[in-house]
Amino acid sequence: MNKTTNQKAWFLVLPVLVLVAFSAVIPLMTVVNYSVQDTFGNNQFFWAGLEWFEEMLASQRMWDALGRQLMFSGIILAIEVPLGIFVALNMPKGGFWASFCLVMMSLPLLIPWNVVGTIWQIFGRVDIGLLGYVLDRIGVNYNYTQDTVAAWITIVVMDVWHWTSLVALLAYAGLKSIPDAFYQAAKIDQASRWKVFRYIELPKMMGVLMIAVLLRFMDSFMIYTEPFVVTGGGPGNATTLLSIDLVKMALGQFDLGPAAAFSIMYFLVILLISWVFYTVMTNLDNRGS
Amino acid sequence: MAWMAWTWPTAIFFLVIASLLVIFTILAIRFPETPRTGVLGIETTRGDRLFITLLGSAFLNLAWLGWTDLAQWWGLVIALVYAAAVFRWV
Repeated sequence: MNKTTNQKAWFLVLPVLVLVAFSAVIPLMTVVNYSVQDTFGNNQFFWAGLEWFEEMLASQRMWDALGRQLMFSGIILAIEVPLGIFVALNMPKGGFWASFCLVMMSLPLLIPWNVVGTIWQIFGRVDIGLLGYVLDRIGVNYNYTQDTVAAWITIVVMDVWHWTSLVALLAYAGLKSIPDAFYQAAKIDQASRWKVFRYIELPKMMGVLMIAVLLRFMDSFMIYTEPFVVTGGGPGNATTLLSIDLVKMALGQFDLGPAAAFSIMYFLVILLISWVFYTVMTNLDNRGS
Repeated sequence: MAWMAWTWPTAIFFLVIASLLVIFTILAIRFPETPRTGVLGIETTRGDRLFITLLGSAFLNLAWLGWTDLAQWWGLVIALVYAAAVFRWV
């Protein structure tokens, strides 16, 4: 068969390119420009060279925020991915209850970030919140505004509540795509439940799971609104994640230069980790096919 | 353009990256290639290797800036050596 080679379809991508240029590329270039200069407002800039990068690299504040951020992303991935798989495995395979579960689980995904934050902020309050009040009455010392551990538990549980269903839905889609023949073969071989999971379900879910991990990682690594609404980064700096610290620096203190240098390093870390995930994902795909 | 606060060094930086992208696009069109598997065990094309080079160079330069007090030009020299290594072996 003669295939015509014609690359003109690429022009259809142009509108997207223009949009991305204005929404991402030009702002990013501006950030790079800011990162090597100092400003006191009034659109006046003074050359600062690599000073801000040096300052940020030596800043304990940035390393602490990065540490907290990595811990947060690590914890929520370690909870959400296994929990999501577990939920997907135990969901009804079809019929009314399958649709019911799907709709119920999509609900948290539809709620805007700031509303999720507000829900949990009120839910956890000792005076009027159901969770905080009950915990307080049964004698648990829980106060997310003063206790670091309580604050961390609150934001982690909030994220798990908000996003586990995304992992579960993706894993469920992966499970649904496995033909029945695989299970029948496993039954004939008298494979145990664990072996069915390990050698049939897990490999077949790998693709969607990598997407789930990538999405959850990037999203949690950039998280701002929810913890900001619940704890405001406190108590002290205990839940000041990278983006919260960045906003404090850029808009609170108006230190545009250091904040720009900070953003670039933040961007590079996200780029690196996303690239690693992406490479692993496409290589798994290639090996599979 | 004033709001973008352009400076010559950053303009040159972006010009270099933009021209690299253009050169590699032309190369990809004029001399099509098949991906190869290098030391990382992953399939890479020239574009992939350029990406690995640029991203790695950024981290190398940051590490140089953070850990040494020597001139930043040496960081760039190391990045160039790294680039040659990536294009040879990755």
